Amino acid sequence: MTTYLLQRLMILIATLVLASVVIFAVLDILPGNAAQTMLGASATPQTVAALAHKLGLDQPAPLRYGEWISGLVRGNLGRSYAYHSSIAALISASLKISGPLALLAMVIAATVALVAGMAAAARHGKASDGAIMMASQIGLAVPNFWFGIMLVLVFAVNWRLLPSGGFPGWTPDPLRAFSALILPALALGLVQAAILTRVTRSALLDVLHEDYIRTARAKGLTPQAIIRRHALPNAMIPILTIMGLQLANLVAGAVVVENVFSLPGLGRLIFQSISNRDTPVVADCVLLLVAIVIGVNFLVDLACAMIDPRLRMQP
Amino acid sequence: MRRRASRLHRGAAPGLVLGAGLVAFLLAMALLALVWTPWPPAAIDVPHRLLHPSLAHWLGTDELGRDILSRLMAGAGVSLKVGMIAVGLGAVPGVALGLIASAVKGRSEDVIMQLCDFAFAFPALLSAIMLTATYGAGIDNAILAIAIYNVPVFAKLTRAMANSVMAREFVQAARAAGRSPAGIAVHHVVPNILAALLVQATIQFSIAILAEAALSYLGFGTQPPEASWGLMLSEAQNFLFVAPRLAVYPGLAIALSVLGLSLLGDGLRDALDPRLQKIAWQRA
Repeated sequence: MTTYLLQRLMILIATLVLASVVIFAVLDILPGNAAQTMLGASATPQTVAALAHKLGLDQPAPLRYGEWISGLVRGNLGRSYAYHSSIAALISASLKISGPLALLAMVIAATVALVAGMAAAARHGKASDGAIMMASQIGLAVPNFWFGIMLVLVFAVNWRLLPSGGFPGWTPDPLRAFSALILPALALGLVQAAILTRVTRSALLDVLHEDYIRTARAKGLTPQAIIRRHALPNAMIPILTIMGLQLANLVAGAVVVENVFSLPGLGRLIFQSISNRDTPVVADCVLLLVAIVIGVNFLVDLACAMIDPRLRMQP
Repeated sequence: MRRRASRLHRGAAPGLVLGAGLVAFLLAMALLALVWTPWPPAAIDVPHRLLHPSLAHWLGTDELGRDILSRLMAGAGVSLKVGMIAVGLGAVPGVALGLIASAVKGRSEDVIMQLCDFAFAFPALLSAIMLTATYGAGIDNAILAIAIYNVPVFAKLTRAMANSVMAREFVQAARAAGRSPAGIAVHHVVPNILAALLVQATIQFSIAILAEAALSYLGFGTQPPEASWGLMLSEAQNFLFVAPRLAVYPGLAIALSVLGLSLLGDGLRDALDPRLQKIAWQRA
């Protein structure tokens, strides 16, 4: 297990380093000088050059990359050109919204998918199985941002039950803040649930053909008990793997959905920073998202290896 | 081929028929929009803004008095263009990389596959946003960004399928007969993995439609006054309280197109080769 862990850790670090190079290279050729953007179109070339020098933008690219990485290692994420504040503070503030949003969306997705997937597998071939599969097929086709707009239309415009957008902050009323996250989390989570339901059903159906399930059935266990006690734990590897991969979709989906609901989360911070040519913020945020995706997949791999020791033998 | 065709005909599942019907409708709307729309899609007519559906404007008009049906038809053309080019541009290098990885084996195969895995670390839409922001917003850059995402998808699928074909006896016989690796790939491997690639292409096509809509919604894809379903949604959101139907039509158009492609992909997979049902995992 230790060798497996070390191998996976090495791949994780190498991927992160390569990701940082790609992000820096892509953003380095971003058209428009950040100094020009900060000073506006009326600024003279001399003023722009002076600010570019002050910000270190006239340094060679490898030097700027080295400074960025050494800063990250020391915990210094740099300063935003547009907001004139520490990037760490900006990211920390946005994570207080994006973190709970992603968690809530994942809980919704996993709960709906496990219940629906188990129900479909238990009633394989029956009308309810067909209905669940049709619903998940439709869910796969619906863009999450449109679903978000439709939720606003129903729950905010027509029924006035939940806010249509914005975030009031966690203090002084955490309940009001939580209610602002319900519709965005539903928009993200239910669309993801459609995918996960199909995976859960397929994984369970694969396992249900195994001999030990026949034995359990012969012992007189109910179909629900067989699925809960025997099939589900053995079907968890593909389900966990896809959940890990889905996090990437969820993170990207959040960029769009946070814009639908005007939530000042990480996605909106990236979107606004790209518009402002605020490259240090974009670079830090994208690297953070990539690190989250890689980190979660690493944890999923470890969880799978713990569940199934055979996986540790694979390269 | 004849047996496959007859199987397609005899066993055409309702999903396949519905999917083919929806895709045919999308195709027909897009092609018709090239030569005719009820009104010019970009023609502004402010005195007739936000009209309800009528005989003159079947689906009504938007906030600038533009005919919604005409814009939906033009949007179908944009979606089709993005899907076809992005899938084509991604599939050609992707399939080539997958075939190379499968043919050369060893370290080169590992490097190609690890690069593909690395590409998956970047959420697709996030990469597309970064690329369109870097090279400038617009439909061409959106297509390029979506195509780049398709390359590793096709590379991984091709390599996996090609490896299983390479192990079969007829390939070993061709190798023993002195056929070159390139000849084996083109004459023996590609024909045997074409069905799987076709199914994957329909999946990637639907993903391309969703991605273009999201990029255009954010302002990174199709630019005004051109019509695109994502852009229409973005504009409609400002009038949600006054004219909610403006947000319903483009979303339905996206959902029905993606549903059609998904059903068509599923149906083709089942009809062409039941062994390919495992690809359902890829879709999920």
